[in-house]
Amino acid sequence: MQNMVLSNSGHLRDDVAAKMGMWLFLFTELLLFGGLFLVYTIYRILNPEAFLLASLELNVIMGTVNTIVLLTSSLTVAMSITAMQKGNIRLSLILLYLTILAAVIFLVNKYFEWNAKIDHGVFPGMDHYNTLEPGEKLFFFLYYFMTGLHALHVIIGAVFIGFVVAFIRKQKITPGRYMLLENSGLYWHLVDIIWIFLFPLFYLIH
Amino acid sequence: MSIAASHPSSFYADKRGILSWIFSTDHKRIGLLYFYAIFAFFLVGVVLGLLMRLELIAPGRTIMEPQIYNQVFTLHGVIMIFLFIIPVIPAIFGNFFLPIMIGTDDVAFPKINLLSWWIYVIGAIFALLTLVVGDGPADTGWTFYAPYSVKTGTNVTLAVLAAFILGFSSILTGLNFIVTIHRLRAPEMSWFRMPLFAWALYATSWIQLLATPIVGITLLMIVAERVFGIGLFDPALGGDPILYQHLFWIYSHPAVYIMVLPAMGIISEMIPTFAKRTIFGYRAIVWSSLAIAFIGYFVWGHHMFTSGMSGPARVVFSLLTFLVAVPSAIKVFNWVATLYQGSIDVRTPLLYTMAFIFQFLIGGLTGLVNGALATDVHVHDTYFVVGHFHYVMFGGTAFAFFGAMHYWFPKMFGRMYNERTANTAFTLLFIGFNILYFPMLVVGIMGMPRRYYDYLPEFHLPNVISTIGSWILAAGLILMIANLIVARRKGAIAGRNPWGGVTLEWQTPSPPPQHNFDETPRLSEKGPYDFDLK
Repeated sequence: MQNMVLSNSGHLRDDVAAKMGMWLFLFTELLLFGGLFLVYTIYRILNPEAFLLASLELNVIMGTVNTIVLLTSSLTVAMSITAMQKGNIRLSLILLYLTILAAVIFLVNKYFEWNAKIDHGVFPGMDHYNTLEPGEKLFFFLYYFMTGLHALHVIIGAVFIGFVVAFIRKQKITPGRYMLLENSGLYWHLVDIIWIFLFPLFYLIH
Repeated sequence: MSIAASHPSSFYADKRGILSWIFSTDHKRIGLLYFYAIFAFFLVGVVLGLLMRLELIAPGRTIMEPQIYNQVFTLHGVIMIFLFIIPVIPAIFGNFFLPIMIGTDDVAFPKINLLSWWIYVIGAIFALLTLVVGDGPADTGWTFYAPYSVKTGTNVTLAVLAAFILGFSSILTGLNFIVTIHRLRAPEMSWFRMPLFAWALYATSWIQLLATPIVGITLLMIVAERVFGIGLFDPALGGDPILYQHLFWIYSHPAVYIMVLPAMGIISEMIPTFAKRTIFGYRAIVWSSLAIAFIGYFVWGHHMFTSGMSGPARVVFSLLTFLVAVPSAIKVFNWVATLYQGSIDVRTPLLYTMAFIFQFLIGGLTGLVNGALATDVHVHDTYFVVGHFHYVMFGGTAFAFFGAMHYWFPKMFGRMYNERTANTAFTLLFIGFNILYFPMLVVGIMGMPRRYYDYLPEFHLPNVISTIGSWILAAGLILMIANLIVARRKGAIAGRNPWGGVTLEWQTPSPPPQHNFDETPRLSEKGPYDFDLK
């Protein structure tokens, strides 16, 4: 009886389990950023004026463009899943390429945004940064830390979707078996929703 | 691994060679990998603890400089907390027995299970690197309190990264267990027919999942602060060190329930088996596990009564802390009530269970002394806290771990140990433990502060007694380990069910076959502890 397989074996395919696992992982990601949001809130309350002054330095246009890009990419990844469910593999792939393109645009935009600040010496350890008052320093540090961690998640999400693309091409993901695609979409929505909170906190609140 | 009493279909016999172990996705093999690694780190932690006790045998410098002492107690804390007591029961016995006890053949994500083992290994390597590079291991205490942790020249960054990585491993194990329990229970096993160990792991897993990310991000902030010189938690630069303490304890207080809940689950398994009757108040124990996990989130502030907190906040945290005592007490009452009128069979695991209840009682009640505002001001940061913590963690969790080792040893390795020797080792451990830690409670009340390598002459006698206790404890440990090693090689064949247990792991051969069961496991309609089931 060595090879008896139970009906509830952990080695069988279980889409519900895969999705549940992804949701649980997303909870941990939310709490990871939650700690940062807490720190941000407390220092904002402690240094309202410095945070206001520093936030005026950020480029609202670039932030808005990135918000639009990221929101659109959430749409494309959701459409890609629907396309796969309906059996249109070609369209699903195209929509995933668009999602990855949006991720790249977001990161390039972010690069120019950071670069402009670093050119002005606004980075921990640089001259201009050192002349700022403590509250403004904290604001910029949190800005780099939180948007940096978010950018890292954009990269991870894009790589994840890249793997999904490869799996679709190898026909490991098919209209009958697309849980990995759906999970990559869930992850991408998380990346999106965190940005939806980062954007007003840093760019819009005055 | 041929020395295990392996019948042809045992999981030891399935594949051979080191690679078949370190890249195995089988939950039993991963559990054993954790077992050897975690036990090794436990021994390292024990040696560090013995060195600290030796230093404290007399006032003044005895065997090490103050700075070395600071590093030794930090390393002792980091290893014992992050490498031993947080993973010990879920990663070893959870991995090995959770799937068997709920009647399935593996966890929901076997590959992620292997990944979490490798992440544990990487985290452990980071922790060990602090020993050999730079200015030596951190000297901050395992709590890494800012702003000192930001300023010291020792290897705080590496140690903090190690804790961060180990947290990741813990998250993945918790995630795996939650999905396993939701999806893979045997067809007739409804939620309330699940063994209590599985329930304890379920509650624990939620804490692992929801609390660990907070400390993860907090530790990353410490790293960033050290690298970029920001004043996030440094008051000189506009930061708030109290905020660090809040963030740290938002994780690290729930973490003590990660440490103790699985131990309570093990006790709830062993008591019915050795009392030969169903557990008293099954549902009360289930709900108390969940209640402890839930309330445990809201009590972190009791670590900070003396570090600056408003009066109302302190009262609320103190009240909530007292509330946790209620579900803990419910469990103790239920265990004792189960023994009442049972046909008690006094075997080695039951001795450890009794020691657990006794020591957990002392640990729990001294916890209330810390949780009350007026007394906490007096005992905060004294040896009373050290004594309390070790009564709960060593006297509680580690004794439950030893008990579980003796309870499940025949199942894991297929052989039986010498019970007489095991009982002798237990006696030494029990006596040594109490001689070691009880004087700490006394000397703490007298006012001896913790984390100092030196003390006033009037604290001399209790410290000598305590150090002697540490030697008895060490002797007990050595005897226990030697006994189990001998049993592993030469013990008598144990058979399926040496204790007469009724949970599913006793229905399968010892050691279990590759797919855990050789016949479909049978469940009783009367719940997991039905001793009438034949």
